[in-house]
Amino acid sequence: MKTKIQVSDLKVHYGNIQALNGISFDVYENEILGIIGPAQSGKTTLLKVINRTLEFAQGTTVEGSVQLDGVDIYSIRDVHGLRRRIGMVLPLPVGLPLSIYDNVAFAPRTAGMRKKAELDEIVERCLQQAALWDEVKDRLDSLGTKLSGGQQQRLTIARALSHQPEILCLDEFSIAVDPITTMRIEDVLKTLKDEMTILLVTNLVQQAKRLANRTAFMLNGDLIEIDDTDVIFSDNPASQSTFDYITGNFG
Amino acid sequence: MNNQKNKTGKKAPFLETLIESFIRLCGISSIIFVFGIFFFVFKEGAGFLFGGLDIWEFLTSEEWYPTSLNNKRYGTFALILGTFSVTALAMLIAVPFGLGAAIFVSEFCSPKLRETFKIVIELLAAIPSVVWGFIGLTVMNQLIIAVFNAPIGLTMLNGGIMLALMSVPIIVSIAEDALKAVPDSYREAAEALGATRWQVIYRVLLPAAKNGLLAAVLLGAARSIGETMAVLMATGHSVNIPSGPLSWIRTLTATIAAELGEVAQGDEHYQVLFIIGILLFTITFVVNLIADLVIKGIRQS
Repeated sequence: MKTKIQVSDLKVHYGNIQALNGISFDVYENEILGIIGPAQSGKTTLLKVINRTLEFAQGTTVEGSVQLDGVDIYSIRDVHGLRRRIGMVLPLPVGLPLSIYDNVAFAPRTAGMRKKAELDEIVERCLQQAALWDEVKDRLDSLGTKLSGGQQQRLTIARALSHQPEILCLDEFSIAVDPITTMRIEDVLKTLKDEMTILLVTNLVQQAKRLANRTAFMLNGDLIEIDDTDVIFSDNPASQSTFDYITGNFG
Repeated sequence: MNNQKNKTGKKAPFLETLIESFIRLCGISSIIFVFGIFFFVFKEGAGFLFGGLDIWEFLTSEEWYPTSLNNKRYGTFALILGTFSVTALAMLIAVPFGLGAAIFVSEFCSPKLRETFKIVIELLAAIPSVVWGFIGLTVMNQLIIAVFNAPIGLTMLNGGIMLALMSVPIIVSIAEDALKAVPDSYREAAEALGATRWQVIYRVLLPAAKNGLLAAVLLGAARSIGETMAVLMATGHSVNIPSGPLSWIRTLTATIAAELGEVAQGDEHYQVLFIIGILLFTITFVVNLIADLVIKGIRQS
């Protein structure tokens, strides 16, 4: 299997607080990698390192390397181009204060696409994929922020797909989405796997079990273990804390 | 003592009502003051407004000869044009600078620099208008004469620059607050989509903050319209239909300030000055009304 992302000895500090304590792992192309772990374990930080939005925060330092297709992402000059290769879905839905159409067309437009027909097609395809099209197709001009929480979350998923990313990072996307919609999105993710690599950070361990090819367990900034999902969820994963977390003994 | 009374539950309700009625009074008083001011200004001007003043001539004639011995004429057209032209010029300078500065302070500054900037901007807002007038009279006057080779530097351009300098701090601080009020999650979401900093600003932040930005611009404009001392000192204070930035002008406010001390209380000229006050009242009212309607319109769409 081809390696898509190679993380080596990644350390992240927010000021004096260490969020990641030097973790290393590979992500293979066209897999769904589930990342589970309790709060404060560094899951979100990890995603933010990969799309380089962590540079936003003041006083943050990143050590170690993250390679995307063999290229260190911190050596890439065009950070905006890099971010367009990665779709990001944040835990709380953020509908930008634009129309539904403009929300989805945002990234293609920033990349310079202007043709109405192409944009129309992208908007429809992405909203379809995010299982939102049927609900909003008659009111694409209304504000994205007026949608319900679950709809906004699907809008952010549509937006993340709009620039045809190679990697899709989902950070607890199902927090604001009802179970039925969650299932529909999960089905979409299973088909999207053929086109892209998916990193799925989730608090629902069962979701990782349902979707992920491999699963990583993180705890307090350490990567405890990463293995095939079957192994992680078996009766004897490599680490006792993994077993305890999955079976609900802590966290 | 107090605790005991609270326990019996007799003193507390009285205090509650006392505090509530006091707060209610504070709220109502602001309305009373506005109406009171309007009533007073209106009362002083009403006699001549409804008895003798040709309102059409008042608004459209450029002949302002209130002290003429045999033919008094009260045309404020030149003064209205003066007020509007100098305000427009001031806004033309202040809005791009003010909004630009607000964007810089809120989006591009390091936190340390931002604090410094905010203090300096607040300091700028605290400078009395007569000081600005003085600067206009001395420094800017010389500067305009030197740069434009003009016979005199006390012009609309001078007043406009002074008003712009006075409005910029207001625009910056309110616009900066509006931009800061945009949730960081919008910035993060837009950046995650590959938007450059500038794209984040003009595609997400400006639309999200447009109400606040509009309020900032309008408050800046209101300051310009109402400003008296600086324009009195810097614009030449000469009744004149402005023909360009280098023509001298006179504004409505400056006219009141300069002439009210020289008139006999109660005579026509005195009353006309109060009618100008009513006119200014109306102008600010209309500006505010338009602002409200625009903001409501933005909210609905």
